[in-house]
Amino acid sequence: MKDPIELGSFWLPRQSSTIAKEIDFAWDVVLWVDILLFIGLMGAMFYFMYRYRRRSEKDKVSLINHNMRLEVTWTIIPTILVLALFAIGLKGYVMSSVAPAEALEIRTTAEMYMWTFTYPDGTVSVNELVVPKGRPVKLVMSSKDVLHSFFVPEFRVKQDVVPGTYTTLWFEPTETRETVLFCTEYCGVGHSDMLAQVKVLEETDFKKWIEMGGTLEKLPPAELGKKLFASRSCATCHSTDGTRIQGPTFKGLFGRTEQIADGSSVKVDENYIRESLLEPTKKVVQGYPAVMPTYKGLLKDQDIDALIAYIKTLQ
Amino acid sequence: MSQTATVDELGHGTEAGGKNYLNQEAGVWSWLTTVDHKRIGIMYLVSVLVGFTFGGLFALLLRLELLTPKKTIMDASMYNQAFTLHGAAMVFLFIIPSVPAALGNFFLPIMIGAKDVAFPKLNLMSLYLFWIGAIFMLSSIVTGGLDTGWTFYVPYSSGTSTTSVISATFGVFIMGFSSILTGLNFIVTLHKLRAPGMTWFRMPLFLWSLYATSIIQVLATPVLGITLVLLIFERAFHVGIFDPTLGGDPVLFQHFFWFYSHPAVYIMILPGMGIATEMLCVHSRRPVFGYKAIAFSSIAIALVGFLVWGHHMFVSGQSELASTIFSFLTFFVAIPSGVKMFNWLSTLWGGSIRFTVPMLYALTFLFLFAIGGLTGLFLGMLSVDLHLHDTYFVVAHFHYVMMGGTAIAFFGGLHHWWPKMTGRMYSEKLARVGWAFVAIGFNVTFFTQFVLGSRGMPRRYYNYLDQFQPLHAFSTFGSWLLGIGFLITAVTLLKSLKDGERAPANPWGGASLEWETASPPITENFHTTPVIERGPYDHPVEESA
Repeated sequence: MKDPIELGSFWLPRQSSTIAKEIDFAWDVVLWVDILLFIGLMGAMFYFMYRYRRRSEKDKVSLINHNMRLEVTWTIIPTILVLALFAIGLKGYVMSSVAPAEALEIRTTAEMYMWTFTYPDGTVSVNELVVPKGRPVKLVMSSKDVLHSFFVPEFRVKQDVVPGTYTTLWFEPTETRETVLFCTEYCGVGHSDMLAQVKVLEETDFKKWIEMGGTLEKLPPAELGKKLFASRSCATCHSTDGTRIQGPTFKGLFGRTEQIADGSSVKVDENYIRESLLEPTKKVVQGYPAVMPTYKGLLKDQDIDALIAYIKTLQ
Repeated sequence: MSQTATVDELGHGTEAGGKNYLNQEAGVWSWLTTVDHKRIGIMYLVSVLVGFTFGGLFALLLRLELLTPKKTIMDASMYNQAFTLHGAAMVFLFIIPSVPAALGNFFLPIMIGAKDVAFPKLNLMSLYLFWIGAIFMLSSIVTGGLDTGWTFYVPYSSGTSTTSVISATFGVFIMGFSSILTGLNFIVTLHKLRAPGMTWFRMPLFLWSLYATSIIQVLATPVLGITLVLLIFERAFHVGIFDPTLGGDPVLFQHFFWFYSHPAVYIMILPGMGIATEMLCVHSRRPVFGYKAIAFSSIAIALVGFLVWGHHMFVSGQSELASTIFSFLTFFVAIPSGVKMFNWLSTLWGGSIRFTVPMLYALTFLFLFAIGGLTGLFLGMLSVDLHLHDTYFVVAHFHYVMMGGTAIAFFGGLHHWWPKMTGRMYSEKLARVGWAFVAIGFNVTFFTQFVLGSRGMPRRYYNYLDQFQPLHAFSTFGSWLLGIGFLITAVTLLKSLKDGERAPANPWGGASLEWETASPPITENFHTTPVIERGPYDHPVEESA
């Protein structure tokens, strides 16, 4: 994706949800209030700098050190101004806090470092949030480990995802397009790679996507595997070009014999890859941290086959 | 002059080869065991400047890493340690102690006509606690790093991170005592040791700001201390206070943390505001406009500052009602801050403004603080914060307030009082060049980040989307200008120690007490106790005019 966040104005991304308009209105109000105040304040400062620059050591200076009326005025006016800003901000906040009752509910789980979405019928997608256009969507979110935060700039929504608590968030997409969601609460070494694609589909396409179990295309196994490798965040920890990152590289992996942390060794074959996906901490390659999450329940058998087929191509 | 004692009686007799606080006693030991507030102030000054250099180098490395979207010079875990240490060093080793502990220690007793602070030995102990804390904190670099962010959010810091969280937080805990004791010392000193005639409303406004700061230090810092001890317990013994898997509440930690750390923002900015006030008055030779309004707004900011911590947590999962109340209260900090701004500008009105280096810093402070304050309004608004929270907009905002506000005021104050502290004048020309690089570099670096943030760039990101690169590169370029500016400033000031002209007692024509003693001052500040009969901004020249 080139430029996954499109700009709507100099400052803000495109408005792709109903709430965006409300929030951008508040943004515009405070922006213009600020610009006017800034011009006023700095205009005065630069004018005084010029007008009252020292001309001689005997300059007469004003001894006025106090003016009650003036001081009361510039206390009251800002008070009214900031209360107005508070009220405008509150209005948008209330709107974004109360989800419509008919909203489509998607269970969202965050963990180091991926997003898992479970749709009402049980369909699961990883690092890919697919939602219908023109229908409110409510996310019920929880975290498996540390704090994360869900943020879609084009939707103007953000909410921390807290272990031990459910937090919710809702939005209604207004156009069919693709954008990104970020994790905005620092969560460790893969924090900045913990992002996912957001796909807004027409209602009919969304239904079709759900019926097909979360995929719209039939691909040869190795190609499906390559897509899964990218979309299920394998790339966060495993490279395909031999670079050492958090986990062993997949380049030349298949058929290699690896040293396991307990000193034994294992040959990487279909069964070892399958086991590593489902029980990743059972046989960890020596020298790497045991941090991989399990993909049990997240990958169907055909997905695992596809990933194995893809790893085989990386020689 | 309506002062009862003349300048000569007060301290001038010591000039030209006489004894002063610097040469009264010689040797490292005499410094390490001194109870002279001025020497302690100087040692703090050196320490915080080391802290600033350290934090600044990390900042330059971070910006360099962010020049390109993927790896530039370091890997992700190094990057996380670098931004953590940058933040922690700048906050705990530089901004919090910079003005109160360094400049405050040096000038507070002189400005009220006292010989020293109320508890000189406690003052020295504060310095040692600061050093010990700093050593613990910095030792984390060699014992496994620290990658939690300076906010130490749980459960990452309590269980997940494998770095030396305990030694770093313990270091901050110890430094907290240093901060509390300094605050306590200042409060007692201001209450008890003012010279005859030095009423509260004849105190320079810098001292009001230090007074407000001290109140916060004494009341808020213990909460941070307790919170960090709980965090250490949680990490070491898995008690179950914060960690949800043990039945704890991670949001509780944030409440505790910000209950201190939000008021801490005012520990950082209030003294900066105080210095700005001094510089604006002295270099425009104008009595301050609205003395009482400025004094009381400092106290108001200190008090309201205790009620707004929850605005760091609008999206944390706290209740909507709590967020609403915190947003409402937050806007009330804007009012006293605004009042100060108007008063500063009115002080310029009708003045005789000389563009000395300290004045340039003071004006820069007004410019940057205006931007920092006004952008705070965006973040106080609940709905707008939903979009901006934890993005570069926030990073830009607090750099404008904390660095553009406090650090710029601090460096302005350093230039303002340098002749007094060292007895040497620096090269105005060179200092101006340094200032120009700092002022321009600062805006290039951080204004760009407002744009990045509003467009959706999250903070604390090692990798980022390609589309953000041009702005990141521009910001990095700004950081180089900023680095050059500080380098030039350092050279200017150090050079003055070697070959600077001897400073007169009152190089700028200031009216407060510190300008009435010698440069550098004698050990007990004044030969005779001064008797004060006028305000701190009644400039001598204008009386004769």
